[in-house]
Amino acid sequence: MAAIELRNVRKSFGMVDVIKGVDLEVRKGEFMVFVGPSGCGKSTLLRLISGLEDITSGEMLFDGKLVNALAPSKRGIAMVFQSYALYPHMTVYENMAFGLTLEKGKGKEEIQRRVEKAADMLQIRQYLDRLPKQLSGGQRQRVAIGRAITRDPKVFLFDEPLSNLDAALRVATRIEIAKLHEEMNQVTMIYVTHDQVEAMTLADRICVLRDGYVEQVGTPMELYERPDSIFVAGFIGSPKMNFIAGDKADKFGCTTLGIRGEHMDIKADGIWEGTVIHTENLGADSYVYLDMGQEEPVVVRLDGASTYQSGSVLKVSPQEDRIHRFDTAGKPIR
Amino acid sequence: MGATFDLWKLTKWALFYLLVAFIVVVSVFPFYYAILTSFKSGTALFQVNYWPTSFSLDNYFNVLNSGSFPRNLLNSIFVASVTVILALFLAITASFALARVRFRGRGLLLLTILGISMFPQMAVLAGLFEVIRALGIYNTPWALIFSYTIFTLPFTVWVLTTFMRDLPVEIEEAAIVDGASPWVIITRVFMPLMWPALVTTGILAFIGAWNEFLFALTFTSSNETRTVPVAIALLSGSTQYEIPWGNIMAASVIVTVPLVILVLVFQRKIVSGLTAGGVKG
Repeated sequence: MAAIELRNVRKSFGMVDVIKGVDLEVRKGEFMVFVGPSGCGKSTLLRLISGLEDITSGEMLFDGKLVNALAPSKRGIAMVFQSYALYPHMTVYENMAFGLTLEKGKGKEEIQRRVEKAADMLQIRQYLDRLPKQLSGGQRQRVAIGRAITRDPKVFLFDEPLSNLDAALRVATRIEIAKLHEEMNQVTMIYVTHDQVEAMTLADRICVLRDGYVEQVGTPMELYERPDSIFVAGFIGSPKMNFIAGDKADKFGCTTLGIRGEHMDIKADGIWEGTVIHTENLGADSYVYLDMGQEEPVVVRLDGASTYQSGSVLKVSPQEDRIHRFDTAGKPIR
Repeated sequence: MGATFDLWKLTKWALFYLLVAFIVVVSVFPFYYAILTSFKSGTALFQVNYWPTSFSLDNYFNVLNSGSFPRNLLNSIFVASVTVILALFLAITASFALARVRFRGRGLLLLTILGISMFPQMAVLAGLFEVIRALGIYNTPWALIFSYTIFTLPFTVWVLTTFMRDLPVEIEEAAIVDGASPWVIITRVFMPLMWPALVTTGILAFIGAWNEFLFALTFTSSNETRTVPVAIALLSGSTQYEIPWGNIMAASVIVTVPLVILVLVFQRKIVSGLTAGGVKG
């Protein structure tokens, strides 16, 4: 229920600048994902929004009100931590009710009603009288999310909540978080991850961070189709976008030519030639790695299985309208 | 092959339990002999036996009815209990600051606290005596509580700080987001997780205060304010030349029992692995 605005926010730890001037607007009810490589400052940015860290300079506004010096509990936020951070000595019920019991003027019945409502949303009602150590990782993370829901926050913060779960559970919990966002569509959610698949699938908008700066903000498809820099182009999408330099790029009038594996066709009159060095069959699709004399092998994505043998020479063409052209500074030429 | 292996295993087993038996005998025998002596009376005291030969509770009646011993016992309980409560309270709050609040000179402060425990009792005795006189608490239990707390605190603070540092930061941060003040974090989140450390340091502080002799001798002067160790040392017989061994042994047994009970009770409370499950395994 809150719009968040950051104006030239900076954060330094001693001599080290971690956030180097971020301007950002998160809209009401939006699911915003911070994504970036490790050390880019995405977790720090989330902690600044939560209030667990003080910002060094700049302004942070919730619904137009300055919250720079406001304590976390007064900001109307709830946070889900990577390591769950449940209180080990309290039952699930006590964990979820703890924040409410600290608020003044909350009756027992109301607390119970809210805890049970949250527990029903996450299907953890049968675990309410267990201790965290009696739960599996996925259940613990659900309790952590439940604890956040119970507080009825205006802003929901997730700090890499799925990184400790195994692959299958990660997908299941991801879907659950997406469902939660639909149900609580008035609540602003900010989600930190280094996994671009989570970013693409969950986000209304993605904020790509790099080295303490915002690189680009946009919807997943905007970032996929119109990346503002080589960095964003390479970070969003799997497999990674191919970057081709040298003569091949010159012909298209750019320093670096970016083309995604799914936007290349293998055909007899292809304009580029490469030797197959490796193929990966994933069932529904397959990746063919070609050596084209570039620094890294070029990946071509095919539908269905690949029958190309290593060592064979293929001709490929990029789809002309899917080419991304970048200048020497790594900025797109449009 | 198998036979020699079994022999070696048997030897190892036998040696191990021989060592255990030796350690147990060395540590338990003095107390056993004290109990044995406390049940003897008259000249039987001066015969060396290793098994009970006679049984009489005379010594216990003498001790408990003579002068101020029951009063001394109560003094000891009061002094030791208050010392533990005071020391734990100060140590928990101090260790929260030392472990969790970032401030300039924190490392130096921790080292200073540890450094204080370097000074032997004798070195500070005279100075402490003057302080206690100046505070006007000479010859009261508060003199002992004051000095014992001073000597217990460095160790207690140090242990609790180390323990609190190891508690996951995320749990504290979750509590902050939940709206908990530092006091609520300490009392409702950290203290339940720190039971093992609290019990251990508390028991050690209690034992230290219970057994302390030098300060107790110096800072009290009347029979009514003495604690048990001093009272036992000053137990006198009917003449100057008679040492009342029977009474001394009975008194020693009486003062040991509370400690044994204390350790047995709290041993069950020391639940290890309490933090398991809060954060990822």
